[in-house]
Amino acid sequence: MNKTIRLGAGAGFAGDRIDPAAKLAAHAGLDYLVFEVLGERTIAAANSRKISHNSVGFDPLLQRRLEASLKPHKGKSPKIITNGGAADPRSAGQAAVETARRLGLDGLLVATVLGDDVRDVVREIDPVVWESGTVLSNETAELVSANAYIGSAPIVEALDEGAQVVIGGRIADPALYLAPMIHEFGWATEGAEDLLGKGTMVGHLLECAGQLTGGYFADPVTKPVPGLADLGFPFADVANDGEAVFSKLSDTGGVLNCRTATEQLLYEVGDPARYVTPDVTADFTNVRFKQTGTDQVHATGATGTARPDELKVTLGFKGGWLGEGQISYAGTRATERAKLASEIVLERLHEVHGINTEDLSVELIGTGAAFRDASPTVQSPEVRLRIAGRVDDQVSADAIGWEVEALYTNGPAGGGGARRSVSDVLAVRSCTVPRSAVTTRVEVLEA
Amino acid sequence: MAVIDDLADVRTGDKGDTLIVAVVARDDAAYRLLETHLSAEAVGERYAVAANKTPTRTLMPNVNAMVFNLPGVLGGGVTGSPVLDGHGKCLSYHLLDLELPA
Repeated sequence: MNKTIRLGAGAGFAGDRIDPAAKLAAHAGLDYLVFEVLGERTIAAANSRKISHNSVGFDPLLQRRLEASLKPHKGKSPKIITNGGAADPRSAGQAAVETARRLGLDGLLVATVLGDDVRDVVREIDPVVWESGTVLSNETAELVSANAYIGSAPIVEALDEGAQVVIGGRIADPALYLAPMIHEFGWATEGAEDLLGKGTMVGHLLECAGQLTGGYFADPVTKPVPGLADLGFPFADVANDGEAVFSKLSDTGGVLNCRTATEQLLYEVGDPARYVTPDVTADFTNVRFKQTGTDQVHATGATGTARPDELKVTLGFKGGWLGEGQISYAGTRATERAKLASEIVLERLHEVHGINTEDLSVELIGTGAAFRDASPTVQSPEVRLRIAGRVDDQVSADAIGWEVEALYTNGPAGGGGARRSVSDVLAVRSCTVPRSAVTTRVEVLEA
Repeated sequence: MAVIDDLADVRTGDKGDTLIVAVVARDDAAYRLLETHLSAEAVGERYAVAANKTPTRTLMPNVNAMVFNLPGVLGGGVTGSPVLDGHGKCLSYHLLDLELPA
């Protein structure tokens, strides 16, 4: 007899919408709801927030997401799994307990997963940084954060202990979904790589939430998607043999078919035969999709091979300052005037402020700038000049936007709508550490 | 002359400074056409991959799709380049008006 569980995608990135998760929690009969809210940048930024700005180191929307999904519903509430603990899972756990108490959910068990913060480990091991090819201790920039991608094991442990909410930091995205399968089906974590590969494929398809149901897919001509303002997030019915059927709530917007599933299967997958995660090296090359109903797709065929012995680590470094300025030109000779403006600013930034021209980027927005060097500049009725650069100090960064703004009275005719900004930059790099050097642990709190 | 927009959907993703381009053909015939004509070199040239970097193509016939890896296109990745769209999310549409000899 096949056992089946239902997993819902509650968020696909830190800035994702909240209402689709609330709808899933209330109406989809989910067993589990997952909030995936960490990118490479997000975890480093959360560390930086925690350290320098005296602000929370976890997902700022975490409590709102939990509140929307934990509100007492008719019937059962799903268990919630998230990496929204970001740089501070312990404080996130406390916040979740407060939210539960406020909702009258006393007794709710909240587990936090700790151990992804490996700053001490990398300082000791001194691994080679991928991007520079040199050991960490040779990097001149200040290390702000080091977070290892951890797998499903500590989440499974938390679920085994009865946790209803599990909050971790840098847990690998698909592991958030694989963990409840291992917990519910009793899959072995070694020797059952094909099952883990299938479960990882499910996690990969769900981890970007609305990207499976028409988000980042829609095109009004070639790929029309109804109801994007009310985009329904996907859920999957996963059987204990790893077969999965994906669908969404019928009264929500979006579409789920073999085209949306194929695009998401390959999203950010450089080598479909070797999709490396902490739990398994998944192989998507034999995956097949079949439409089995309206907005319903069956997926099969993923396999897997042994997990890697090393865990990937995201390193965050202080990366100087980003300065930026923008100004618009419209109508006749808009492109020519924007080009003239850029030449003036580059000359000023070099001659007056001593900024290297190579550190600056010039974009003529409206002329195909998003295609970078790959496309020739086209004429446009309106051009927005953007000049940005990463420099070492805040004063130089501020000069970039300042010189753009100064074009008002010193530059080409008809420049308008100038804006400027300065922000500090986090540079993200990667390395690996031996799996044995990373120790996770689970703490359970009661609301 | 057919353009990619007539034959396939394209989605881009990033890994460091490598742009990953997934091309999903609309049907079997379109897939065969793309398999023949949309080489790694053609896509690499379209995205101005540097001469000392090698673009690659992986075929996924089960789902009528192919994946291109274009190293160096994102110039340092999302935290390394000051351009607006550091992820290269807009770049999928740069492939759509590429003409194929068909």
